[in-house]
Amino acid sequence: MEVLMAFVIGFLFMAAVYLILSKSILRIIIGTGLLSHGAHLLILTMGGLTNDAPPVLAEGAKNMADPLPQALILTAIVISFGVTAFFLVLAYRAYQELGTDNIDELRGKLKDD
Amino acid sequence: MTQVLLIFLPVVCALLIPLLFKKLPSIHTGWFVLLVPASLAVYYATFVTKLENHGPYTSTFHWVKSLDLSFTSYIDGLSLLFSLLITGIGALVVLYSIFYLDKNKEQLHNFYFYLLMFMTAMLGVVQSDHLISLYLFWELTSISSFLLIGYWYNRDKSRFGALKSMMITVFGGLMMLGGFLLVANMGDTYSIRDLVAQAPTLASSPYFVLALVLILLGAFTKSAQFPFYIWLPDAMEAPTPVSAYLHSATMVKAGIYLVARLTPIFAISEYWIWLVLGSGLITLFWGSFFALKQTDLKGILAFSTVSQLGLIMSMLGAAAISLHVDGGSSAIFKFAAFAAIFHLINHATFKGSLFMIAGIVDHETGTRDIRKLGGLMSLMPISFTVAAIGSLSMAGLPPFNGFLSKELFFTSMLALKEFTLFNFDTWGAIIPIIAWVASVFTFAYCLYFLYNTFIAKSDYKELPKKPHEAPFGMLISPIILASFVVIIFFIPNIIGKYFVKPAVLAIQPQLYRSASEIDITVKAFHGFKSTELWMTIAVVIVGFILFSTMKKWRKIYTLVPEKWSFNHLYDQLMLAADVGSKKLSNLYMTGAIRHYLMYMFACIVALVVTTLFLKDGFKFSFAHTAKIGIFEVAIVIVLIVGTLTVLLAKSRLTAIIALGAVGYSVALFFIIFNAPDLALTQLVIETVSVALFLLAFYHLPKRYRIEERMPFKINNFLIALGVGIMVTLLALSAQSQKLIPSISQYYKDTVFTEAGGGNIVNVILVDYRGFDTLFEITVLSIAGMAIIGMIKLRLSRKEKKSHENE
Amino acid sequence: MKMNNVILKTTTQVVFFIIFLFSIHIFLAGHFAPGGGFVGGLLTASALVLLLLTYDLKTVKNLLPINYMTLTAVGLLLALGTASLSAFFGEAFFMHYFDHFNIPLLGDTELHTAMIFDLGVYFVVVGVTMIIIQSIGGDE
Repeated sequence: MEVLMAFVIGFLFMAAVYLILSKSILRIIIGTGLLSHGAHLLILTMGGLTNDAPPVLAEGAKNMADPLPQALILTAIVISFGVTAFFLVLAYRAYQELGTDNIDELRGKLKDD
Repeated sequence: MTQVLLIFLPVVCALLIPLLFKKLPSIHTGWFVLLVPASLAVYYATFVTKLENHGPYTSTFHWVKSLDLSFTSYIDGLSLLFSLLITGIGALVVLYSIFYLDKNKEQLHNFYFYLLMFMTAMLGVVQSDHLISLYLFWELTSISSFLLIGYWYNRDKSRFGALKSMMITVFGGLMMLGGFLLVANMGDTYSIRDLVAQAPTLASSPYFVLALVLILLGAFTKSAQFPFYIWLPDAMEAPTPVSAYLHSATMVKAGIYLVARLTPIFAISEYWIWLVLGSGLITLFWGSFFALKQTDLKGILAFSTVSQLGLIMSMLGAAAISLHVDGGSSAIFKFAAFAAIFHLINHATFKGSLFMIAGIVDHETGTRDIRKLGGLMSLMPISFTVAAIGSLSMAGLPPFNGFLSKELFFTSMLALKEFTLFNFDTWGAIIPIIAWVASVFTFAYCLYFLYNTFIAKSDYKELPKKPHEAPFGMLISPIILASFVVIIFFIPNIIGKYFVKPAVLAIQPQLYRSASEIDITVKAFHGFKSTELWMTIAVVIVGFILFSTMKKWRKIYTLVPEKWSFNHLYDQLMLAADVGSKKLSNLYMTGAIRHYLMYMFACIVALVVTTLFLKDGFKFSFAHTAKIGIFEVAIVIVLIVGTLTVLLAKSRLTAIIALGAVGYSVALFFIIFNAPDLALTQLVIETVSVALFLLAFYHLPKRYRIEERMPFKINNFLIALGVGIMVTLLALSAQSQKLIPSISQYYKDTVFTEAGGGNIVNVILVDYRGFDTLFEITVLSIAGMAIIGMIKLRLSRKEKKSHENE
Repeated sequence: MKMNNVILKTTTQVVFFIIFLFSIHIFLAGHFAPGGGFVGGLLTASALVLLLLTYDLKTVKNLLPINYMTLTAVGLLLALGTASLSAFFGEAFFMHYFDHFNIPLLGDTELHTAMIFDLGVYFVVVGVTMIIIQSIGGDE
């Protein structure tokens, strides 16, 4: 399963990077979303998948999953939500003010300036 | 403890200065500032008599204990002398500045703040025992000097001079830091005292000479030695009190201090002797020769300071020789250290007074151009007297202290003829000649300064102001300094006993056990047979001839074109650095975020793959992996299809929904792999995210895809492919090689007993790694605030336009 | 965002409370079972989002006059305060305390300072999520 996951994660990263490098601002935002999914799965996979029980103390629980990666991912999920929201607002405000969603045009001087 | 904390007294007081300036505008802020150096001077003066019997005083303030960083104030003869100079001259300079700087026109709060900051920095330099704290204070003196030179920041020349001094001294400072680290590494301690104690063993290190050269670079740049002196003339753009204080009496002597302080460690090396002595002599000659070229009063004084610093430096180089000689003939080599310190005191007195007079002349006539000045003697008799005392002392005439130290200087230079080691038998004979020639020029520029300003005939019509004698308050400080010049001539041995000898003991601890053992007495008259006397007489005669024929030979200054000067070299270097770095950064700093991302991704791929390769990361083993069930395969398929849809989608709605699908399948993975907390969070987050995208949908750009050319796509695809492959390799490698056991066992074992919880993930979040969570919610709050800022607090384009038009 | 859908409104009135109560449960259970401040906060926020989708922004604001900015600040202060509390007793920053108490009706209950910290997290998450949603949704 880990090997399969390694390829899935690689695919997620590839798609994310491709999207991030494109011109459309919306694609970039969606790319960052995919990138964080990939990163979360990567951390989880690196922690090991061969476990029988969630990391919660219970009667007879043996071979609990590694709680540390999960804690890290939990933090990362919430942060990536905040960042995505931030990007989204940044993008639409930029679009509103400058009237373009093309990242190459965003950096140049505006025509009416 | 008080002793070390008092170093910081000036800078702490400096915090009150802006307040005093604003709240009490009727009183000149300088009067409050005056209290600080004056009281410190009194405090340090109490050490003078105690020092002999009670030894050096130390006092430590621990700063960062775990890094062994501490401020240790170490007061021995050398530190005490410098501390007294800093606070004593400091007090006089502040007093002078009260009358020099107009309280209604100048930004006194800035000026005095910087000045007090400098005072702390300088006290720190001369009292630090820890090399790193010495370095920190050293750089702080550079910074405060920068701020003070650039005090009149709306003048181009001030800013240029400030930057130049900063560039050169900070360059030296960084070199010096390197030297310090090497030395500390060799001796395994940062304490100068400990290093001195183990000086003999340090010399065997292969880095000894390198450390020596680096440290000397620091000292030479600070003390304006050849060829780094070029910053000092430009630093004269500072207000005159600053020039008198920083650029003649104290800061430029920091290099001298460093050389003196480290002499016990490095004197054993011939490189030290040759470098210090040689650069000192060249600087001495160079400065005195070019002083005659200057037409700006302060320019003459700047070059004369350069020259005099060279003089002291060369004597310190000669002082190092006394370690290599023993037996009967050694006595004649012992003069150099004494002479160096003695001249340091004398220079501070006469040069300080001369700078103040130059300031007075500037203040009262409105110009410092010596070609316009002249005949001020009858109009400004007091200033003239002080200037005469100062310049004749500098020229080396009796009855002024400069005469005594010049005689001592000749004595120590003549002694070098007797020294035979380190090639001195070939070169030693030239040294007294250079010293004599430089003295001739020194004599000539002293006359030039005095005669052309005060005696030569001139009509006052060219002067911007009608000259008259300065107010009395402005004259107090130069008069005090000038009277010292005379007094020291008559009581040199009392000065020697209390100030010079304890300092010499610090320079040459190998030679003496206590300061009273140093049997040097200063005499004004050695009898008609002494070479020194005849040398002085020859200096006076030749110097006089040189001065009176100045108009005829002055052309030689124009022989060497300006573009061969060090100033030109500096300008070219700065220009090249400026233009070159701009070109370089324009090459890759395109302003397009896409390019930066491409650099980053490419670098990450290169670094990770190389590291994996170097560390044998490619040993894959697929044992101990989880089984692949049908359920997992199904989710993988959903995830991949979702991702492909995101990639290929034509409309934004499809892409957003596909992204949601990817998110939900990730949540399903979390469920399968025993992460219920993650699954819950991911499910809710994904819901809220999709809601967010849909809410913003109306405002978002209508296009999802922008036409891209094929090479552009291929380029992006290659980088993306690289990142993807790298991540896969990384994941496989991490899976195959578990080098260290997971630290989670600790959490599993202690979660109930120590933290009283059951859900380990949650306990990690709120307890074990609570810091992470604290910062995370902080980041989240910041994101929230930023969003509010972007949406609520804004001007529409129309509003902005109307604002601009108003 | 206006939607005059009777079915939606009726369902929301019930579902909102179910989600809200569930989120409180998840939040409180966090220390021993899956859940905690993050999930609890997000669930509460999603319940509020449901309200927003059903009724319009103004109605919800009149219904629940909460300043989410203040809520976020209170949450941050709670978290920071709990973390620094131990410093006043000479312990390390972020030291948590817990003990068992016998509370009427509930019986033996473990009370925990980490809970207060988690409450701070809960407030921040609810606050920020609602700030984001309201800002975007309310923008004309």
